[in-house]
Amino acid sequence: MLRLVGTRLARKWWRQLWAQPLAKPACRLPYYRALPRAKYSSQKDPEPGSFVRSTFNGQLVPDHVFPFPSVLTAEQTQFLQALVDPCARFFQEVNDPAKNEKLEGIEEATLAGLKAMGAFGLQVPEELGGVGLTNTQYARVVEVVGVHDLGVGISLGAHQSIGFKGILLFGTRSQKEKYLPKLASGETVAAFCLTEPSSGSDAASIRTVAEPSACGNFYTLNGGKIWISNGGTAEIFTVFAKTPVKERTGEVTEKISAFIVERAFGGVTSGPPEKKMGIKCSNTAEVHFDNVKVPAENLLGELGKGFKVAMNILNNGRFGMASALAGTMRGVIVKAAEHAAARTQFGSKISRYGAIQEKIAHMAMLHYVTESMAYVLSANMDMRVPDYKLEAAISKIFASEAAWHVADECIQVLGGMGYMQETGVEKVMRDLRIFRIFEGTNDILRLFVALAGIEYAGDQLKRLQKNLLKPAGKVGAILQEIGLRAKRKVGISTGSSLQGIVHPDLDGSADLVTKAVDLLGEAVESLLLKYGTKVVDKQFHLKRIADAAIDIYAMAVVLSRATRSLSLGQPTAEHEKLLCQTWCHEAFERVRGNLQAAKSPPWTQSFTNKELISDAVVQNGGVLASHPLSF
Amino acid sequence: MAALRALVGVKRVIDYAVKVRVRADGAGVAADGVKHSMNPFCEIALEEAVRLRERGAVREVLAVSCGPPACQETIRTALAMGADRGVHVEVAAPDYERLGPFQVAQLLAALARREEVDLVLLGKQAIDDDCNQTGQMTAALLDWPQGTFASALTLEPDGQWLRVEREVDGGLETLRLRLPAVVTADLRLNEPRYATLPNIMKAKKKALAVLAPAALGVELAPRVTVLRVEEPPQRQAGLRVETVADLVAKLRESGCI
Repeated sequence: MLRLVGTRLARKWWRQLWAQPLAKPACRLPYYRALPRAKYSSQKDPEPGSFVRSTFNGQLVPDHVFPFPSVLTAEQTQFLQALVDPCARFFQEVNDPAKNEKLEGIEEATLAGLKAMGAFGLQVPEELGGVGLTNTQYARVVEVVGVHDLGVGISLGAHQSIGFKGILLFGTRSQKEKYLPKLASGETVAAFCLTEPSSGSDAASIRTVAEPSACGNFYTLNGGKIWISNGGTAEIFTVFAKTPVKERTGEVTEKISAFIVERAFGGVTSGPPEKKMGIKCSNTAEVHFDNVKVPAENLLGELGKGFKVAMNILNNGRFGMASALAGTMRGVIVKAAEHAAARTQFGSKISRYGAIQEKIAHMAMLHYVTESMAYVLSANMDMRVPDYKLEAAISKIFASEAAWHVADECIQVLGGMGYMQETGVEKVMRDLRIFRIFEGTNDILRLFVALAGIEYAGDQLKRLQKNLLKPAGKVGAILQEIGLRAKRKVGISTGSSLQGIVHPDLDGSADLVTKAVDLLGEAVESLLLKYGTKVVDKQFHLKRIADAAIDIYAMAVVLSRATRSLSLGQPTAEHEKLLCQTWCHEAFERVRGNLQAAKSPPWTQSFTNKELISDAVVQNGGVLASHPLSF
Repeated sequence: MAALRALVGVKRVIDYAVKVRVRADGAGVAADGVKHSMNPFCEIALEEAVRLRERGAVREVLAVSCGPPACQETIRTALAMGADRGVHVEVAAPDYERLGPFQVAQLLAALARREEVDLVLLGKQAIDDDCNQTGQMTAALLDWPQGTFASALTLEPDGQWLRVEREVDGGLETLRLRLPAVVTADLRLNEPRYATLPNIMKAKKKALAVLAPAALGVELAPRVTVLRVEEPPQRQAGLRVETVADLVAKLRESGCI
């Protein structure tokens, strides 16, 4: 049965949710500096694997998380400091979020200012007219944008984080030289065109087609894309379309390819701006391609490899969302803290009441985790860690939900004031709602995290099984594995530990991570043994597995960051210790609960019940239970 | 006529948004780990110099800052805003704490002579010590005419004279200064630009010279001693009285009436 796991899983639809990690670096990083390779790695591989992926196998591979990665040189730090100040001032003094929202566009002067600032080409190399920021530097700059105006952030992100990221990552030299200078200056705006009316989360099902001409000089593009950010304002589009691809067998199949399409090619039209819940100043529109002649040299990446292009672009852009939302949270927490300190009720400042204190503490923890994730991820990308897709997915999920929760609680702390437009938080909440939906819904990303992790664990099990059948020379490995698994079964920790890696003050919290990883490894193994390949359909279980993995990663990043603060004796170290210990305690309790739920019979019953309830409601077209007054 | 050279002082000060705290030893305010930025009036002076250069009236803009090595960040900001060249007069920590307008004026005057500038543009005052003396002292040391608190600046076509509009009590005063001259900028002279990211990048490549005060022949002997720095006294809580009679009684009690 186990042998099947790897192969059968691989064929399933969810497999398409992710592509192989990018082998080449995301951008030119001449300063690459290896972190001291930790001695404590529990893996023998020359390149340590993904932290998150390994946890599914019950293993702690701390290399990319500990010590807290620091990738900026002194010069890069100084440059970044010089950038952040004028950016922040620009957003404070020039950009007017309320006016942009009312206008449903970015004010002319602001837009011109942003272009002059260089904000349209933050990661384009200097020689092509951009600012040439590393991922960490970019993260810090978009954090500033996130504090002030997510609508502007989306316009800028749709342009460079996904709009032309494909050219940056996969473009040929001539494509880069042709398009990037004008995109970097903001003379042209870019958009990313993947979603279609019948193809949302299931991106592989797109219907837009690009038919190669007989002469081979161009493709004829036909189809329609919806909800395209910058769709109405962009001149340059990264478009995904089906193309016929000849397999080695000679058989011709339809595969997705990516193209750089100019509005100027003719046949490109866009619809009116969509009316949205939030991020109103950013343009969202349908884009239609009607017999658009795309020159063959505008193929982006290899023919038939468009899905990989799309997934890599999205994967590569997620770190920016995490840092932008960390900025957003920082901004709204200021409002909550100010109000709590100033508002008197029942004779005391409301900040003296536990009901408010718990909210503010929780907001601070969520912010601390998100910020830690954002900068571990951007640093990992700058270090050219090859496999960060699970960490990127988790950062996107966590950041978008943390920000939603923080904005919600901020409004609650502010009470009636929070509900008023003038306070500005309701707008933030509307703006950030989309982050749980776009660029991979959190639901899909959870399944992706769980299934990618489970597949890895399944492969490891399969390897163990192979070794058992053909044990020559592998006795040591087998005994070790069997030992680990046996220990776990009887509830003894497998001994992979963070002791000596985290600051001694945090040993207690570190132990919780070890325990949580053991529990996850065990839960995954038992799910695999119980359901085999059918585990891919167990979405109730998978969600809980994913939640556990998210919490474990969150614990790890804050342990790493608080350790650094304590070791350096930073002024806020004791405060960070509190954030870390409290977070780890609560996260561990959730992990335990979620993993318990993933295997306990009452919960399995509860999942079955929910299936039945949902089916009944959907069949009835609404709630089914009769009204308490019976009419 | 585009032969003028301008020297602009850019002081590194504690950022205007920072809540300033007095150090425990009472000898000054806490500056370690506190955000610093360019004095806002210096920004205005620099912006004016850059605009004069953009209009062709000035050939070169030189940005100068006196103080610890961190001042180079302020100079880099000035270069990003459009200054052509930077000079850092390095004054190490113990001397820097005692550095006052007189010492800075001596340094600026010496530099102005050495660099053969035609116009010294300074902020009217710095937001940290609020001295409002450096411009005046520099003009005196150079024996040049001065136009302080400028709210508008025009160079006459011959390039020899400068018109300075000043906001004075009851209206505007216009002075006509013969160059070389010293001008200090008031708030309404202009609105400084933001350093853009591409310009911040370019600024990394601009020349920034580091000088010791001795190289300018300036002794930094302090003439003023700071005895003590204190927080402003805490305001006492008020109290509420119910009636006029209560008020009168309280006033009488406190000896006010």
